[in-house]
Order: sequence, then C-alpha cells, then structure tokens
Amino acid sequence: MAELTYRDAVAAGIAQEMARDENVVFLGEDVAHAGGVFKATVGLLEKFGPRRVRDCPISEQAILGAAMGAAMTGLKPIAEIMFSDFLAVCWDLVANEIAKTRYMTNGQITLPLVIRTANGAGSRFGAQHSQAVENWAMAVPGIKVVAPAFPADVKGLLAAAVRDPNPVLFFEQKSLYSMKGEVPDGEYVDELGKAKVLREGRDCTIVALALMVHRALDAAAILEKEHGISCTVVDVRSLVPLDTQTILGEVARTGRLVTVEENPRLCGWGAEIASIVADECFWDLDGPILRITTPHVPLPSADLLEDNTIPSVARIVREIRDKID
Amino acid sequence: MDTTSKRKKSSPPTIDIGQETRLELYRLQLELRYCEKRAYDLFLQNLIKGTSHLSLGQEAIAAAFGVAMRPDDWTFCTYRGHAHTLARGASMEGVLGELMGRQCGLLGGKGGSMHLTDVKRGVMGSYAIIGAHLPVAAGAAWSAQYRGTEQVAVCFFGDGTTNIGAFHEALNFSAVWKLPVVYVCENNLYMEYTPISAVTAVEHPAADRAAAYGLPSIVVDGNDADAVYKVASEALSKARAGGGPSLIEAMTYRHSGHSRADPAKYRPEGELDKWLLRDPLIIYRERLLKLGFSEPTLKDMEAVAMGRVDAATAIAKASSLPSLDDIEKNVWADGGSAWRN
Repeated sequence: MAELTYRDAVAAGIAQEMARDENVVFLGEDVAHAGGVFKATVGLLEKFGPRRVRDCPISEQAILGAAMGAAMTGLKPIAEIMFSDFLAVCWDLVANEIAKTRYMTNGQITLPLVIRTANGAGSRFGAQHSQAVENWAMAVPGIKVVAPAFPADVKGLLAAAVRDPNPVLFFEQKSLYSMKGEVPDGEYVDELGKAKVLREGRDCTIVALALMVHRALDAAAILEKEHGISCTVVDVRSLVPLDTQTILGEVARTGRLVTVEENPRLCGWGAEIASIVADECFWDLDGPILRITTPHVPLPSADLLEDNTIPSVARIVREIRDKID
Repeated sequence: MDTTSKRKKSSPPTIDIGQETRLELYRLQLELRYCEKRAYDLFLQNLIKGTSHLSLGQEAIAAAFGVAMRPDDWTFCTYRGHAHTLARGASMEGVLGELMGRQCGLLGGKGGSMHLTDVKRGVMGSYAIIGAHLPVAAGAAWSAQYRGTEQVAVCFFGDGTTNIGAFHEALNFSAVWKLPVVYVCENNLYMEYTPISAVTAVEHPAADRAAAYGLPSIVVDGNDADAVYKVASEALSKARAGGGPSLIEAMTYRHSGHSRADPAKYRPEGELDKWLLRDPLIIYRERLLKLGFSEPTLKDMEAVAMGRVDAATAIAKASSLPSLDDIEKNVWADGGSAWRN
C-alpha cells in the first residue's frame, strides 16, 4: 500500500490501464503537456507519448465525438471534460449519441469509453464550475455513472470503468483532489455497481456519494459521540448500476434512511433511492425518509455562501438529530 | 454551377472511369431511386409510420461515394441516410423492413428511418441530431490513423449542418490532427424549410468555410455521378496517404420536401422543374447512351433494379413484427438493460 492523493490516483489508474492495453488512449483539454488543470494527469504524456495522450482544442463536442468514433472502431478512449458543468455543451454526445447508440443499433455498436470530469463544489468557483451533475447522467439510460470518494476507489473504479465494455461517466470530486489515502500497489481493479458500508450503526443508515461521504462519516462520529445516535454510512460509489441490495439491507437493519446529496433538491439521486426504499422496504422503516440536499438554487461563489449551501457536517448532524430525537 | 477562381472547379472528369464502374454507378443510382420511391409509396399505404427524409434527386452523391469507397471504409450519415446506407451494400429488405418496423429491419425496429446502421457494411450510423456525427466520424478516422489501417471515414450532411457548432469543432479538430476523414456537404439549397442562402453569411455554406480550417475549397456538381466519383476518389486517396481531411460541397436538389410532412410549398415556381431536367438519373442515362451502351442494356438494368426492390418489399412485408422482449434488450453490452441488482 502506498499513500497517494486522489489526483495521483487518477493518473495511476489511467497509467495502469494504458500500460496494459495499447488501445487505451487519453484525450482532453490541457491534459497532456500541462498535466491537467487539476494536475490529475501529470506524467502520462512522458510515459506514453503524444500518440496516446493528446491535447485537444476547447471543443467538447469534438472531444466526446472523437472518443465515441474511436470506441466504435476498436479503441478504448478516456476523454476528459475539464469541469462537469461543461457537459452541458456536449450533452448531445453524452445523452443522445453515446448513451443511445448501442440500443438504437440493436447491439451493432459497442462503446467502451470513459468520460472523466471534475465535479462538485468546495472550490469557490461559482455556479458554472462547481455543480454536482451526477443526477443528470443518472437520468439517461445507457451510461454508467461512477463517483469515487477515496483515492483507492479512484484507481480501482477507473480501471474497472476502462475495462467495462459500456460507456462510463466518471465523476471526480474536485475538492477531494488533494486528499490522501492508501492505494493498493500493483494492478488494482475494483467492481462497478458495488456500494461500500464504511461504518456500521444501529439507528440510521446514511447513504452518501463522493465529498458527501466524508461529511457523512464526520457527522456519524459526532452523532455517536455527542448524541448517542449510531449511524451506518454507505458510500454508493456507483449510481448506475446501483447497488440497491446493500442499501435496502442496511436500511432494513437500522430502520431509517438518510441521503446526503450535493445535487440541488429536485430530482437528486437521493430521490430515486428514497423511492426504491419506500417501495421495497417501507415496513422496515421506523420513520420518514430524510433527504439532505443543496437547496434548489444555483451554487453561489463566496466561501461563506457556498459553505452554507452544500450540506455541511453541522447541518447533517442537526437534521438527523431533529428527525430522530 | 457557380465557381470562382479561388474555388476548385468541378471540371468534367479527367480520370478514366471504366465501363464496369459506370454500370455500377448507374445500377446503384437506379436502386437508390426505386427504393426511395418505394419507401414513399409504403408511407402512403400507412405501412411506414413516423417520418422519413428522402434523398430523391440526390442519388448521384451516395452512389459515387459508395462505388469509390473501400469496403472497410466507414460511412456516417444523417437522418437523410437511406441512400447512403444502401450505397454501401446494406440489404434493401433490411432498410425497408426497418422503415416498416419489422423484425427483418437492420435494427430490429429499434432505430427506424433516421438511424439506419449496418456495421458489417461499414455504415456506422445515421445520426438524427444535426452535426453530431461530424466529430464521431473524426473519432473513427483517428482510430484508423492510430492503428495504421488506411481506412477512411466519410461523413455526409446537409447544407443546414454548416451553421451548427459541431461542424466547426469537427473540421478544426480533424484538420489539426490531420485525420483521414472526408466531409461531404450535400447542398440541396434548403435547410429544412428555409433557403440556406437566407440564413448563411457566405454563398457556399461549406466550401466558403474551408479556408478557415486550412482546407481547399471544393464545389462539385452533385447531380453528376462521374464528377462526384472523381472528387471522391481524390479525397479518399489523399486521406489514405496521410494528407488529412477534405471538405466537399456537392450541389444538388431534393425533389421532395424536407420530410414526409413537408409538401415543399416554399420553393419558387419553376425551380423544381428546372432541377428535374438535371435529374442525376437522366444525366447519367444520356451519358451512358452517348458512350455507346445500348438502350436494351439500360432497360434490362432498370428492370432488374425494380425487381430487386419488389422482392425486398415482399420480404419486408412478410417479416414478422419485433418481439416485445426486445424492448429491454441491448442497452448494455451484456445484452440487457439492468441498472440495479
């Protein structure tokens, strides 16, 4: 085990797959010579050369189109969209083309590609560089949606995404890039569609994703220590496919469900999980489901405002206490 | 045909087009025309639902590229893609069956008229969102370049596409990466219901923009299969030799409206009649007769083509309807659609 940052785990995951398979190629804006604006792809150009690691113009449609055309003809591209907010300028490629082509062609075309993108708040970048948009992707049939919270998961899930024969949207939480964690040495491949139970409790199951996983863990520690409320914390890791069995099992055991989401209120992924839980383990619930989300507003920029918009540890503690006490 | 001195002129073909190639060009144009007309008839009989965008009048472009391309080259086209799909050798019953929503359809009824695809024949999809497939074609070309296969991606689109962002992103991207891709603008004078000249800052919507991407400006008579065959061959050779992309503007005219719902009343009186005199099939038939092919030979070819369309129609009509089980199949590579455990 080596200690790597979340950003170094990105480069490690890509490097592992590029070394293994000559057909894995990597493209994006400022990804090669500059090593990425978040420095998450430093060293790849030097290791694999300009034929396989390519800088692109500011042309998100061209980047995703190129990845799609390359994937349908034998390559396994990893494309970077610098900020997930920019998915809006190439959403046609994601939602209409990449996600639907296999189905529309009745299986004639397979698209083994990965779209990596920096997602989420915490960097004071304002409403067009800080959104959490994983719920946009989750609403489109035909694309897998992954969002790791830890460096080890970044490497392992990225490798799994590259090896998956389907298109995968891989959301990296940008304020986690400097976070450090143990990452297995050597070849490491995880599995898509498996949630992880990070903490076991008796009173409540908190389901969270990416940055919110860390806040949920901190909140659970405070709730246990200061308020005697014992919480399970589930890191969803992958929204599509969704590990409903782990979630339903934990909710049935604790009798409570809390989701913690960065998404604005309406149609956040927690709403889908709440719906599944209400449908399938209603009689195991001891009380109403609680969704903790960002209010339904565009994200403000000032640190004071941003910190009070996305769910904080203090807010998670408060809302769970209010609900359970 | 308007050509300025800066523009490469669509001169009469100087390369030698062999007899067999000429017959192949005529055969294909006939089949594309008859099949497209059949599609229209089947609409009137309510055997085809939804919409469809016919290529009547534009067959010379599809046929010429179909003949000039290598079997392992790739075609990318728009919703006006029946002719381009057939021109690569896709089965006629597969095309008509797909339009009719039958099991024998190329896509088993899941795609329909606007998404015809036949990967085995190099038809890598018909794309119904304007502009989307230009960058996709660039990606296929990148893959050919990366793997050194000398395959070429050919991407067809209408004049209206030249005003959307993806056109410009793809052209720049392909030029910078020197990709083996041929972009073919079929300028039929109308973006849907509006004259292209009314909404475009330059006279030739594709060719006049070529310079912005360091490419030569090429305009060709799109109703002359020989002329298109010549520029197609040149562009394909250039791409195969590592010379990078081409952008070709082929001047043509659609005989019918934009789609099934459009009676094309916006066209000035007499315009269609003028273009019907320049019907690519009439032009080509006259040329073949002048070159010494006999009337009975051509008549035979016409009867054979019609026979093929009749046979394909019968097969498509007899084909069963898709199975309801197919609805939840083939979202994922494992053949299923599961999103949860």
